[in-house]
Amino acid sequence: MTDVKSTDIKRTGIAADIEGTDTQDTGTAGTGTAGMGTERTAGWAEAAIREHAADTRAPSREEQVLERIDRARRRKARVKEEHITMAHGSGGKATQTLVEAVFLEAFRNPLLEPLEDGAVLGVGSARLAFTTDSYVVSPLFFPGGDIGDLAVNGTVNDLSVCGARPLYLSAGFVLEEGFPVADLRRITTSMAEAAAAADVQIVTGDTKVVQRGKADGCYVNTSGVGLLDRPISLSVAGARPGDAVIVSGPIGEHGVTIMLARGELDIEADLTSDTAPLSGLTTALLDACPDGVRCLRDATRGGVATILNEVARASDVAVVIEEDAIPVRPGVRGACELLGIDPLYVACEGRMIAVVDGPAADAALAALRADPLGEGAALIGHVKDDPPGLVLLKTSFGGTRIVDVLVGDPLPRIC
Amino acid sequence: MRFVDEYRDAEKARALSAKIASLCEPGRAYKFMEVCGGHTHTIYKHGLEDYLPETITLVHGPGCPVCVIPMGRVDDAIHIAERPGVVMTSFGDMMRVPGGRGSFFDSMAQGAEIRMVYSPLDALKVARQNPDKHVVFMAIGFETTAPSTAMTVLRAAAEEIGNFSIFCNHVTIIPAIKAILDSPDLRLDGFIGPGHVSTIIGCRPYEFIARDYGKPLVVAGFEPLDILQSIYMLLVQLAEGRSQIENQYARVVPWAGNLKALKAINEVMELRPYFEWRGLGFISHSALKVRERYAAFDAERIFEIPGSRVADPKACQCGEVLKGVLKPWECKVFGTACTPETPIGTCMVSSEGACAAYYNFGRFSRERVREATR
Repeated sequence: MTDVKSTDIKRTGIAADIEGTDTQDTGTAGTGTAGMGTERTAGWAEAAIREHAADTRAPSREEQVLERIDRARRRKARVKEEHITMAHGSGGKATQTLVEAVFLEAFRNPLLEPLEDGAVLGVGSARLAFTTDSYVVSPLFFPGGDIGDLAVNGTVNDLSVCGARPLYLSAGFVLEEGFPVADLRRITTSMAEAAAAADVQIVTGDTKVVQRGKADGCYVNTSGVGLLDRPISLSVAGARPGDAVIVSGPIGEHGVTIMLARGELDIEADLTSDTAPLSGLTTALLDACPDGVRCLRDATRGGVATILNEVARASDVAVVIEEDAIPVRPGVRGACELLGIDPLYVACEGRMIAVVDGPAADAALAALRADPLGEGAALIGHVKDDPPGLVLLKTSFGGTRIVDVLVGDPLPRIC
Repeated sequence: MRFVDEYRDAEKARALSAKIASLCEPGRAYKFMEVCGGHTHTIYKHGLEDYLPETITLVHGPGCPVCVIPMGRVDDAIHIAERPGVVMTSFGDMMRVPGGRGSFFDSMAQGAEIRMVYSPLDALKVARQNPDKHVVFMAIGFETTAPSTAMTVLRAAAEEIGNFSIFCNHVTIIPAIKAILDSPDLRLDGFIGPGHVSTIIGCRPYEFIARDYGKPLVVAGFEPLDILQSIYMLLVQLAEGRSQIENQYARVVPWAGNLKALKAINEVMELRPYFEWRGLGFISHSALKVRERYAAFDAERIFEIPGSRVADPKACQCGEVLKGVLKPWECKVFGTACTPETPIGTCMVSSEGACAAYYNFGRFSRERVREATR
């Protein structure tokens, strides 16, 4: 190997040069040759393998492997990283692990434990829904909205999908030194308009300013309370075999709009964010099917796929959806196709998933479609009992695959 | 969507599936390798195996760009990224690939400036916008991506951009296929040839596979019907006792390849004497480096590279998976120590990696799912 000369690509035709090509074992080939020095070992990898030592034997059947993986996935979440990475903010598996292993571990109580979009509190004879959300979207202004209406609608939606009537919001601002006041006014104007549209009031707030470079312009936090005036209990753990799965409109528009608005991709599409308050839609749905709605979730970070996985896992059921039935606008589909992203994982800010009792599906769809925000609502699948914890997709092509939770989001800072 | 939906038509798939079944000799098992990770991704993403009889096994090959990057090379890249004033740029796929001490993401969390880009030209843009920084592009991939890296270096040279270089990890597909053919523990009946690579190198470089090894190869496109059709074409060859190189992807792949692209690669790069592949070891003439005349754009010449070598953990069987000897689930650490959240092997990182594709899309019991999707 030491006498190999670099070969002229032109003469041999790149990669067609197969003469003299040989493979050698890494263990023996390297000794003494430049660039092939002594090997180190990857300590972290050996440690991970030791931790799973009981599992590391060659399995004889695929079924055994599936069971083994299922066991491994049900184990308690543990944060292995020493530092926070962008994946921890993606809404996927890494976020879930961080929330369960750090936050839930520290704050554990029965109200927090279900990890729903908001907590449901009993205050006297009233039931209140309470939620909070921070917004770090970049860019701050994008087609169809800005960080202001996003911050109002996001919290309104988290309350709405608890089945509550949103009432009051707080607004906290972290501003970077040098941020234009005109931009701040644009944001607050849009927040005021969004609050009026959703019939909520912003009743308390906070302002902090940090030095230039310590934040990216403007971050917003909103918290909200709403009144649960119906005798219902919606839960991600409430899905049962036979239920229908409905999405309230075309998916993925917010995420793709933000990505294109950053201008890094040189892709143009006529898309706007779907940011909107869902309170009208949830009211219409709950009025139409007072006993038939099991679970509502707004499909934000991690998209529809992540929500469906939460349902499958929390309810211990299988969710089977049909690719052909999922509404995706051509612009979103095209951009996703180009970028190699699955629209099922792309965030929406004005769409929700409703799991409803099978026989109530038609009434639910009719109620959603009667509202302009829900005119694109579609029945996308059903809940089955087996295999529990999995989301299965019947592809347009006619095959089947699972739809898992993503580890990290390909699109950071979309909300 | 035009030009895509036509190649995902379920009715056509059913018709092809019937033809495929009728060509299979009773009692005979077939093993075809799809060389390219893009094909692996398509197969799982569309659930293509549902259309194949159980006697046909698809074996996933080594053509996933990030899967073949050895741990040591990641460490070297991180070493460069951690130099003061350096901005490393990389495709998103590469960000979570683990080295001996962690991934680009981990390195970012500790302060290195690493940015995700969608093309090497974007990296060059970053260099133009940050004249006070040195911008390095982590160049990876087979002949498919090498031309765009080469063109970017040529552009940088033409514009006399002084703060841009590439860390070249481009590899070539033919030596890897040769290594697989020479591997004693695998018996294949034919190859689904890599479509994207072939748009550059054409179909001629594969001729030795048919001539010297007696195996058929069909260069295939990336839509599910393309792959089904290429399987059908392989079966026709076997039924007729032929072994030839055929081109299913003629709508994109010219038989002679793309001479302009090859010329660009040849202008900027030359073959390395040898290069380490994850799990496969050192393969001679299997990778590219920057030519002397473009030394100013070669991170390997600009920075001191430690030349790290990190042994693959013994329990990790990436090599066997990349060669197609093992199915992903047959690896000892699959799904337990090695998962998409905490990948040990590269095959678990990229969406084109066989292990990630199986874990993310194919991890279910076919029998139980048939029941659920009825």
